[in-house]
Amino acid sequence: MPMTEAEVFDKVRETLVEALGVDDDEVKPEATLTGDLGAESIDFLDIVFRLEKTFNIKIPRGELFPDNILNNPEFVQNGRLTPTGLAQLKERMPHADFTDFEKDPDVNKMAELFKVQTIVNYVMTKVN
Amino acid sequence: MRWIWIDKFLEFQPGKRAVAIKNVTLAEEHLHDHWEAFPIMPTSLMIEGMAQTAGILVGQARNFQEKVILAKIARAEVDELVCPGDQLTYVAELETITPEAAATKGTVLRNGTPAGRIDLMFSHVDRNLAGTEFPKENFVFTGQFERLVAPLLGAAHG
Repeated sequence: MPMTEAEVFDKVRETLVEALGVDDDEVKPEATLTGDLGAESIDFLDIVFRLEKTFNIKIPRGELFPDNILNNPEFVQNGRLTPTGLAQLKERMPHADFTDFEKDPDVNKMAELFKVQTIVNYVMTKVN
Repeated sequence: MRWIWIDKFLEFQPGKRAVAIKNVTLAEEHLHDHWEAFPIMPTSLMIEGMAQTAGILVGQARNFQEKVILAKIARAEVDELVCPGDQLTYVAELETITPEAAATKGTVLRNGTPAGRIDLMFSHVDRNLAGTEFPKENFVFTGQFERLVAPLLGAAHG
């Protein structure tokens, strides 16, 4: 039976509470993983491992949280994503909302793409 | 003093589960400072003991080729005081292992009775910290850990 977005969100929230040691009410759809919930690099792997178990899904490396973007000079110049880099990132992250980021694709703001809702959107594509 | 916080493996199922014991003794200097009037085993060293048990489980799963580094203490709860004369048992189970990292779940027993949970994450640092250079030689598995588990694997390491 397909899962509803609310059911996915509840389980994602549980996962983030366990992985990041945050409170339930901190895990809101718009919360960013690093800025609001304090995630560090190893936490992203922890979250991937836990999501795989919780939802019984496989998450290939780089699919939920893309890698090999920032170290490619074709994609990043002067601390900003190039149009090619932005297009590449959007293609690889159809589950993310780029509305704000594409106005100012500063690499320092890239972490803002990783929101709780980003994970929910991704998991929805995997479970249904 | 050697930085080995487990005495012996009781069980070793490659890629799955490892069980090690640690006998706590007043011969250990640190117990006299923690605390002089009431020596107890520091929880931080129980985490290290679990990290060694689980880390060897993770390392052996890749034939001790990876540099396995403790990257995250996902959970650490020890509810009992552990004193000289007590025996700790660390039961580690490998939950997930990928080319970059591994996650383990662990139970701590005091004299055979469950006393806590320690869940950990390990990084295979050569694969997980792009751009950071580490020494070529494996500074984690230099022989002492492999020798601990060798009797249970039926083959000599190191």
